[in-house]
Amino acid sequence: MLLGGKDKPDPAFLEAVVRASGQKTLAHCYQCGKCTAGCPTTFAMDYKPNRIIRMLQLGRKEEVLGSRTIWVCAACFTCSTRCPCNIDVAQVMDSLRVIARREGKTGLGRGVVLFNDLFLLSVRRNGRVFETGLALSFNLRRKTFFRDAELGRFMFTRGKLRFTPDRPKGVRELARLFAKAEEKVEE
Amino acid sequence: MRIGYYPGCSLQSSAREYDLATRLVTRYLGVQLVDIPDWNCCGASAAHSTDPFLAVALPARNLILASEMGLDVTVPCAACYHRLRVAQRELTHDRDLSEKVAEVLGRPYRGTVRIYSLLETMTGIGLEQLAAQIVRPLKGLRVACYYGCLLVRPPGIGCDDPENPESMDRLVETTKAETVSWGYKNECCGGALIFGAREVALRLVRDILRNATGAGAHAIVCACPLCQSNLDLRQGQVNKMFGTNFAVPVFYFPQLLGLAMGLNPRDLGLTTHFVDPQRALRVVGG
Repeated sequence: MLLGGKDKPDPAFLEAVVRASGQKTLAHCYQCGKCTAGCPTTFAMDYKPNRIIRMLQLGRKEEVLGSRTIWVCAACFTCSTRCPCNIDVAQVMDSLRVIARREGKTGLGRGVVLFNDLFLLSVRRNGRVFETGLALSFNLRRKTFFRDAELGRFMFTRGKLRFTPDRPKGVRELARLFAKAEEKVEE
Repeated sequence: MRIGYYPGCSLQSSAREYDLATRLVTRYLGVQLVDIPDWNCCGASAAHSTDPFLAVALPARNLILASEMGLDVTVPCAACYHRLRVAQRELTHDRDLSEKVAEVLGRPYRGTVRIYSLLETMTGIGLEQLAAQIVRPLKGLRVACYYGCLLVRPPGIGCDDPENPESMDRLVETTKAETVSWGYKNECCGGALIFGAREVALRLVRDILRNATGAGAHAIVCACPLCQSNLDLRQGQVNKMFGTNFAVPVFYFPQLLGLAMGLNPRDLGLTTHFVDPQRALRVVGG
């Protein structure tokens, strides 16, 4: 099935992923399946982790970047801990998320990407994550206005919700880090 | 002992009881925590899933601040601990990257800071010394020590054994509570997915709660604000989604230690949990 897909093989993609994830090679994967056996979120994946590695070996860029797998990976590093070929599978997944974002292929990861964007926006503005603001803006943007309303009420009564962000002085330094990151993406 | 303290964002709000208990118990044990002044967010999974430069540069600033104080750092949050450790590795191995970070921040990182998880710092006090402080043994309480993922993985970054960690069990046993042997002690709670892919994360939480109670635990003990928030604050959501009726209290390990040391439960933040720990504590006359 992997040989007959509609996706045209792109060998340069494998090279790009190997480089971005800091791996020596992905060629040594012999499909033992340990990464998949230990993965806690395979039930929600379209392609299991070992198949993603195989698809990368075959240069199947579109299918990999378009998969749901990369967005439901919990980044728990069980796969990386157990791989007999020392492939840091979790790091590969991370690099795939970064590449998918840069190429605007985040269709199946919309919720995760929105959360990550709002999280970083909060860090950029405040230096530290303002949890209350983050949760509210996420719900606003997803139009799920009352999600967690009950939980929010409970947290409020226990003093676990802040109403104002805590802005350390270093926010200005962080602005420079964020600007540099944007510059690097454009390079 | 004096050590730098990097609380992380959650400990200022959703996990403030972890901060309370940590400060109280360490002070009681003679460990002086020195807050890193002006610390910033480590970037967590949002940064490493989005931008490899930010993923290292954000934690790097905190390492620079700590090194300027001349102190090592202890970190209560498993996710922050992981990001600080990864950043240190990257800065040591990637000179290009470390130069870029130094250039933007206007000061270099000399790589001198040792980063410890709070669990390591507490274990480092010595189990006998801790046991000597126990005035209110928690005999009869059976707990499942939950390590989660980023505290112990990947090897070389996490502390303890990545497949069968035991340091928290040893620490908790000084309180005379019994620790259960269970299979999900280092499974992931889905912390990074709780907003973006909630149905996935809640299933992971359900499996952990089920395994802990199945092993006979009255309570879970953890060492991470994301784990605690998923397991405790969202237990009601799990029950609703899966038709279960879990009521398992989830302690932070310094809370349990503090309780056994005779400290005031309110001061340890035990009144802020979603699942009231009082019922579980009744087995020890609490």
